Amino acid sequence: MNLSLENLEKQFQDRIDAGDNIEPKDWMPEKYRKTHIRQISQHAHSEIVGMLPEGNWITRAPSLRRKVALLAKVQDEAGHGLYLYSAAETLGISRDELFNQLHTGKAKYSSIFNYPAVTWADMGAIGWLVDGAAIINQVMLTRTSYGPYARAMVRICKEESFHQRQGFEIMLTLSKGTAEQKEMAQDALDRWWWPSLMMFGPTDAASTHTEQSMKWKIKRKTNDELRQQFIDITAPQAEFLGLKIPDPALQWNEERGHYDFGEINWDEFWQVVKGYGPCNKERINARVKAWDEGAWVREAALAYAEKKDSIQKAI
Amino acid sequence: MQRALYKYILLLGDNALVLGHRLSELCGHGPSLETDIALTNMSLDYFGQVRNYFQYAAELEGGSEDSIAFLRKERQYVNCLLVEQKNTDFAYIIMRQFLFDHWYLLILESLCSSKDERINAIANKAIKEVKYHHRFSETWVQRLAGGTSESFKRIQDATTFLYPYTQELIVANAIEVEMHEAGIGPDLKDIGQHYYDQIHTVFNKTGLQKPEENFFHKGGKEGIHTEHLGFILAELQYMQRTYPNMQW
Amino acid sequence: MNNEWPLFEIFIRSKNGLEHRHMGSLHAADAVMAMENARDVYTRRQEGVSIWVVPSSEITASNPENNGELFAPAEDKVYRHPTFYDLPDELKHI
Ligand SMILES: [Fe+2]
Ligand SMILES: [Fe+2]
Repeated sequence: MNLSLENLEKQFQDRIDAGDNIEPKDWMPEKYRKTHIRQISQHAHSEIVGMLPEGNWITRAPSLRRKVALLAKVQDEAGHGLYLYSAAETLGISRDELFNQLHTGKAKYSSIFNYPAVTWADMGAIGWLVDGAAIINQVMLTRTSYGPYARAMVRICKEESFHQRQGFEIMLTLSKGTAEQKEMAQDALDRWWWPSLMMFGPTDAASTHTEQSMKWKIKRKTNDELRQQFIDITAPQAEFLGLKIPDPALQWNEERGHYDFGEINWDEFWQVVKGYGPCNKERINARVKAWDEGAWVREAALAYAEKKDSIQKAI
Repeated sequence: MQRALYKYILLLGDNALVLGHRLSELCGHGPSLETDIALTNMSLDYFGQVRNYFQYAAELEGGSEDSIAFLRKERQYVNCLLVEQKNTDFAYIIMRQFLFDHWYLLILESLCSSKDERINAIANKAIKEVKYHHRFSETWVQRLAGGTSESFKRIQDATTFLYPYTQELIVANAIEVEMHEAGIGPDLKDIGQHYYDQIHTVFNKTGLQKPEENFFHKGGKEGIHTEHLGFILAELQYMQRTYPNMQW
Repeated sequence: MNNEWPLFEIFIRSKNGLEHRHMGSLHAADAVMAMENARDVYTRRQEGVSIWVVPSSEITASNPENNGELFAPAEDKVYRHPTFYDLPDELKHI
């Protein structure tokens, strides 16, 4: 067998085309590895940074039932981050290095978490819209070609559906509540709608990674397809709540079999990506602070383990 | 008697409520992802217990788990001062936990044979969770005491600061005396003996020193708190106070 | 200096399961901590009855198992389950 690079790459592509999973020990093109490290870690960072806006409301949750649900939800996101960092680590990069990339601004995370969670209704809107948008992306990723990533996604998707439902239930309770509560729900939808649509990334025309990602089955649907899917699912849900999606152009198109929708403000999107969202600095500062303040703890635990180990060996 | 039982449940429930609250502040800010998840789990356990306690309390004296948790005034909360102490650093969090868990486990062991069926059932469920907390905090005390010189210093500082809040746990107030006489609650004198034996053993093993002077804070169980509680309540009660009488 | 806690692989046997199953990995300073963390990270919804933790560095070559599984719910954590949330039937895709 000819093991030239070209041949290896062809065999690799054939395996992907045949629907095989790629496993950590399998040969893979360097670019495949790098792309995965970037995407999986970006995803992991999003889970971890995503804990912050909702985490801010745990101590203020309005009832014990809501408090435990939110606490469990935010904790799940830590778990998701952990599964994903583990998946990235199978590609030969350490979690410390990945954290370092996040803390120094070298790595990105989902821009949605740079928006502030200002009222309790935001807990509803985030669960419903943000987790809802994430699920669409993640369900697709359960069939991604890299085994550890796909498996992490299976586990995550199982947990995510509770997240979206707890969010929707909050919205439902508010929209059936007092006028003040309904107003709070509408306000949250107004603020979170457009950023949620931006979660799917730039339009296909402007997206740089889509083609290669499709070929390697990292993605199986384009940004625009996923966004359309999200809108088609969510618009009737908003109607059910009796809330109005803040897009005058939103309308069912019989011919296309999809909802038409208005122009997304891409200037805002790029501005937030570049670091000028309302909370970019707070989010990273919070992560860096937790990490720095934890340094002595991590060091101590390691030192203790080593001491115990050497005592055991001496015996 | 029913009134006393109600108040006794608050003594148990408020500790879980306030400690659960303190731990929930840390969600997303732990020293490692794994530790973050662990602390949040403990917080969830406490809030689960709070709901059990307060649902029972509401059956006795009216109201709901939420009105009891969210709508009392500062002086009506009767948690021990220990649990409202701040998350100063990870060493304080662990030492607060350690000092509380050892006491709480002893209490629950006794409540598992309480004559009050409901308290008995709640304790039998809670004890599994608290056994785990107990092991978790004790191992971490060992790690921090035996880790680096910095970690030893920090856990020693936490010990010096928090130890004076322990006595309140084991000095019975009138309600606790009454509950013990009714066969519902434990004899705190007895608990106190075991409690200090246990924690001092760990101190001896790890080289930690309890403070020399024999001074102890008290007041929580009578509703006289440190200044921290007011801020805790400001957050805890924010929604219920700002938007009264609504469903969430 | 590398200060990272070492990686452990986690295997869990659930109540109804027959054998231990690879659940994933996590970081811990020592095996005791790995055990504690495994309980918190990988048994949040399930009643695992036995946990194995193995330092990843001790594993020579193994392909991670496929872990599609159903977890028996932890009784008192029903709020983690979608059905805890009462939503009307006519609602779709949620
Ligand atoms: Fe997630
Ligand atoms: Fe989520």
